[in-house]
Amino acid sequence: MKARNLFWSVRRETWENRSLYIAPIAIAGLALFGFVLHLGRGVANAGVLPVPFGMAASMVLVTGWVVGLFYALDALHGERRDRSILFWKSMPVSDAEAVIAKLAVALVVIPAIAMAVALAMQLLMLVASSAIFAAKGAGATAPLAGVPLPKMSLVMIYGVVAHSFWFAPIYAWLLLVSGWARRAPFLWAFLPVFALFALEAIAFGSRHVLDFLKYRLVGAMGHAFAPGALERPITEISQLTPGTLLGTPGFWLGLVFAALCIAAAIRLRRYRDPI
Amino acid sequence: MACIEARGLRKAFGETAAVDGIDLRVEEGRIVGFLGPNGAGKTTALKAMLGLTSYQGELRVLGRDPWREREDLMLEVCFIADVAVLPPWLRVANAIDYVEGVHPRFDRAKAEAFLARTTIKPSSRVRELSKGMVAQLHLALVMAIDARLLVLDEPTLGLDILYRKRFYDSLLNDYFDGRRTIVIATHQVEEIQDILTDVMFIHRGRIVLDTTMEAFEARYVEVVVKPEALEAARAMAPLRERQLLGRSLLLFDGADRARIAPLGELRRPSLADLFVAMIEGAGERPRGAAA
Repeated sequence: MKARNLFWSVRRETWENRSLYIAPIAIAGLALFGFVLHLGRGVANAGVLPVPFGMAASMVLVTGWVVGLFYALDALHGERRDRSILFWKSMPVSDAEAVIAKLAVALVVIPAIAMAVALAMQLLMLVASSAIFAAKGAGATAPLAGVPLPKMSLVMIYGVVAHSFWFAPIYAWLLLVSGWARRAPFLWAFLPVFALFALEAIAFGSRHVLDFLKYRLVGAMGHAFAPGALERPITEISQLTPGTLLGTPGFWLGLVFAALCIAAAIRLRRYRDPI
Repeated sequence: MACIEARGLRKAFGETAAVDGIDLRVEEGRIVGFLGPNGAGKTTALKAMLGLTSYQGELRVLGRDPWREREDLMLEVCFIADVAVLPPWLRVANAIDYVEGVHPRFDRAKAEAFLARTTIKPSSRVRELSKGMVAQLHLALVMAIDARLLVLDEPTLGLDILYRKRFYDSLLNDYFDGRRTIVIATHQVEEIQDILTDVMFIHRGRIVLDTTMEAFEARYVEVVVKPEALEAARAMAPLRERQLLGRSLLLFDGADRARIAPLGELRRPSLADLFVAMIEGAGERPRGAAA
């Protein structure tokens, strides 16, 4: 595993997939616009400002995760479809480096971009609220006191890192399907899960598959943050519970599943021909 | 050390053996033409040499096992597996950045100098280039890598004659230095006959001819037979007879020059003619060829 090969492999993904940063920026722009409209209409109350700040940041982060889903589904399929894999394989870059770089894009690069965009957006929101507060005579510095941005940023970084680990099996599964399917990776990725859900619902009338999925999508919130912390914007470091998250079997089982998927994806990239 | 050495190389897809026991040895510093009809196993054999497919039998490229050591092998081996495998979204400048980033033996100045002689702009994306320009770009990237072996599988397919000629001129004048080895698989035999030092014919997964060009020219001869000598010439077991502008051309394998000289005018046969003679002589039409 060579660092420069990983670096350039990640770099080339950012050339290919401009949506990685365009989508979060677009959503951040919309959120900012909505926020300004909201401030213009309402009463200047710095005490409730953290709510829109947290909500807007969450929207940007969720956009990043959704972009990551589509990215991962295409990452190992697209290069076989356009036959460019024959070019990538003519370079001294191993299949492991290529696949790990793609996983890193989904789990590290996209969340990092989304966080940077969210932070920049929050700073602009702060500037906008100062201006509007000043115009309304509520004091330009009131928002600065009302929004604990440094603490909120720490919480955001923690939450994103926790979710990168928690979501790792999802992205690893999508990469595996992307490297395996000859066509329609989207169907191959989601249809089996849906089929299981339908089978269970019809045969047993239960919904374990659905619960399992739901747990994987939102379960990390409950483990990574103190109970009840999610009802309001999280502004206190004491509300973070990394110990609980690390003590959750689902956290580790997910990582094991992710590792198996990635190992299989590396092997497939070695064996599979262009489509 | 041999550049490529194979013994009993075999690759089967289900029941059919695409490569059915190939023995070959390519020395360093040669330019080898790898010729065969569609579906003969050329591409599969080349893919095995490049670590793109698994195989049975023994295969060593620059002393390495290509399947187990592809990424290390790619430090010393370059290949163009097909025309147009550069991804459409890639910018020319980014392609250079990337290869410079991952390949320690890439010489950026060389690639840029080569591209400066073309009409390719650094800011263009591959999708905006013509097919011929994409081939030029790929060649520029590959030629700037100080490799010991270059493998080209139909590198000029679908290009017009100007681009094809320029492609091989660049290859010969700017790249080949007598130490490197080049393996070229193509159907456009006529255009590369003069640059080859060796030639191999592959048919139905086997090597049916493996010779240097010198030996080829010494062994095979074509005679434009005088009409009155036709019966005598046919009696000497030619490989193949063809008609051209009302004259009979007979191809001989290992014939005594003194005996056939009186039959008519002697010519150096083209690889294409020998190829057709050998493949048709093998009894049937090549697999995959149009009827």
